[in-house]
Amino acid sequence: MQPVWDWFRWLYQTTGINLTIFYDAFDRGRFAHGFLMTVKLSVICIVLSVIIGVIGAWVQGSRHRVLRTFIHWYIQAFRNTPPLVQLYFFYFALGSLFTTAAGPLVTNVTWAIVSLSFFAGAFNVEIFRSGIEAVPRTTLEAAESLGFSRWQTYRRIVFPLAFRISLPALNNNLVNLVKTTTLAYAIAVPEMLYVSSQIWSDELNVPVMMNVLLICYFVLVGMVVYLMTRWERAVRVPGFGV
Amino acid sequence: MTRERIAHTGGAATRVLPVLLPGAAHLTRTALRERAHGFATWRLRGSHGVVLMLAFLLGCGMAQAQAGPGYPSILATIWKWTPLLARGFVFNLAISFLAMAIGTFAGFFLGSAQISLLRPVRGTAWFTMNFFRNAPWLVLLFYCMFLIPFQVTVFGVTIPIPDWTKAVFGLALPVMANVAEIVRGAIQSIPTTQWEAAASLAFNRRQTLWMIIIPQCIKRMLPPWMNLYAILTMSTVLASIVGVNEMMTQTQRALSAESRPGLLLAFYSYVLLWFFAYCYPIARWTVRLEARYAVRH
Amino acid sequence: MTTDSEAKPIVELIDVHQSFGHVEVLKGISFGVKKGGVVCIIGPSGAGKSSLLRCINGLVPIQKGSIRVASFEVHALKTDAEKIALRKEVSMVFQQYNLFPHKTALENVMMAPLHVLKEDPKEVRERAVALLTKVGLYDKQNTYPGELSGGQQQRVAIARSLAMRPEVMLFDEVTAALDPETVKEVLNTIQELAREGMTCILVTHEMRFAREIADEVHFTDGGKIVESGPPAELFDHPRMERTRAFLSQVL
Repeated sequence: MQPVWDWFRWLYQTTGINLTIFYDAFDRGRFAHGFLMTVKLSVICIVLSVIIGVIGAWVQGSRHRVLRTFIHWYIQAFRNTPPLVQLYFFYFALGSLFTTAAGPLVTNVTWAIVSLSFFAGAFNVEIFRSGIEAVPRTTLEAAESLGFSRWQTYRRIVFPLAFRISLPALNNNLVNLVKTTTLAYAIAVPEMLYVSSQIWSDELNVPVMMNVLLICYFVLVGMVVYLMTRWERAVRVPGFGV
Repeated sequence: MTRERIAHTGGAATRVLPVLLPGAAHLTRTALRERAHGFATWRLRGSHGVVLMLAFLLGCGMAQAQAGPGYPSILATIWKWTPLLARGFVFNLAISFLAMAIGTFAGFFLGSAQISLLRPVRGTAWFTMNFFRNAPWLVLLFYCMFLIPFQVTVFGVTIPIPDWTKAVFGLALPVMANVAEIVRGAIQSIPTTQWEAAASLAFNRRQTLWMIIIPQCIKRMLPPWMNLYAILTMSTVLASIVGVNEMMTQTQRALSAESRPGLLLAFYSYVLLWFFAYCYPIARWTVRLEARYAVRH
Repeated sequence: MTTDSEAKPIVELIDVHQSFGHVEVLKGISFGVKKGGVVCIIGPSGAGKSSLLRCINGLVPIQKGSIRVASFEVHALKTDAEKIALRKEVSMVFQQYNLFPHKTALENVMMAPLHVLKEDPKEVRERAVALLTKVGLYDKQNTYPGELSGGQQQRVAIARSLAMRPEVMLFDEVTAALDPETVKEVLNTIQELAREGMTCILVTHEMRFAREIADEVHFTDGGKIVESGPPAELFDHPRMERTRAFLSQVL
């Protein structure tokens, strides 16, 4: 790989395009870690937000009014406020509660994950709930009449159908989540934006790093969008849809 | 509703029976529409304001309880800081107005360029739009903050560009991309019969677009456009991360100046109340507009 | 057709009362169906006809009375396992949204024998293909419900119910949501079944069809059976005024 790095050094010397993230080992490592942190935040938050969404959708169908109201206000609170304020609230307000004399018990990365997961989870609850409610009652009755137990009905009919119906909306949300991970910059989480800002303040190559950043996000988000579209097409229910 | 196609069985044309409830199709349509617009539809309700007010009072109560005697009351503290916060809020609003205006103007042309008959124009426009749609708003904000010079000299006159103006451009970029998608979607939703009718009346393409198609699009574009504005207004708090003196920055200054425990909830809910007071009338107006210009798809 | 020395009816309802919340929907329904018999239930909408069918296969509970299907006392079934045992004997076809949209027609027919009866997959597949051929949809095995016409969907639903080898089949206004052209193909399928000796209970608006295949017709109104009898009698010489009024409206 050394010849590749050397080429970038040559590029800097001839054209002034200073891509230290390639030819300088330290910056290379930093940027790679930043990229991985963005990916890590995205993946973990996607998984957690889906879990929160599933649990929330299930609770929303419960018979207890208290639980339903609680979920309703959770959704409204997280949907209608800026995610930045939510992040600050988790990190500063709740963070101060979880701080002992020795220092904070919960890292900023964890708070970022918690905050973003709840943010995306709020949208997911509504999405999954709508998906579940879109399965016709008669289809469920037909399954019952065939002798499926309640769990079998849920596993083989409700869940596959609700999932396929929810997928486009879920994908929108997940793509948005990947873009929202940049907010973690505000609480000094070393994701791609933060790391890039460190690099450009060290190496003074702001325009170059900015462009690299834009390209990276374009590729990352573009890939997610592409995969999501492929997935949607693969699980499409024929005869239903727009 | 679920699309009904004509299926032919044994020669007789019969309607396909839907297999899922209409609600399912509605969900998918909404999702695809939101994907096109780039963000989720927003519904603010009066009850949200009530809850915010309750949260604010709760925060005040908590802070009051935590603080001992000798401290001025919470409400007095907040009142003391309000002028500064108000000045910050003005910046939020200014940023949102200008970013929306510039973004709409640019996005309009970008959207129209996507239906151009020239392939390179179409391609470039499509690429530009998706490039800025895929980028996180904060990254674009940084981009403009750092790369726009702090002053520019034109015709021998030096114009300083303050931070908040750079933020305007930073936020105008994603607005431009989203408006482009809204415009493109609206133009493409006009039935082709309109184009054909105009062509048979000997209108050329430019005339058709400007005199017939676009006026019809305005109605369809209004609700998602206003929804975008609400989201943009909320997003102006991002400018605090890049150091612009808007309301969030002032709040953080106030909090660190006071250095009293437990003021966070009170101050943040106060900030949110201000935003709510501004966004709620807009949300209600959007609902009214949507009802008036309801488009049957 | 019916003789007094016949074995006792395979389905027997005695004084069945059923309510939804505070609204009493069935106010004392009693009738019986012999094995191999075909019973049609007609009446104005909202008379609780659908609820009646749903009581028979245990989908909704009854407040009073008794329902017996073969050796099952339906009103006494409490656990899911008991109800599942009942549903292996009684199958039901609904008015719409019967099929599972994310599975092909063949998979729809195969699902229940595979997962409920736990039968051998190869046998199940063979039987499923045979059933689909029987209802005339052999070449639609691998199409999804969303690509089938209404009549085709209902025929697959019938095949799917037959795959469980039930003793009794219930039909809940299965042609009500269909176009007139496709109604015929479904009715023909049901007629085939009846001719082969399947015990059928149908709720239907198709009076001509009821007249053709039914052994006995019950006219329900207001949650009660107003009049019963062989179709020739009930349709041509109705005794009760309400029956006459209803028939004059629909015929």
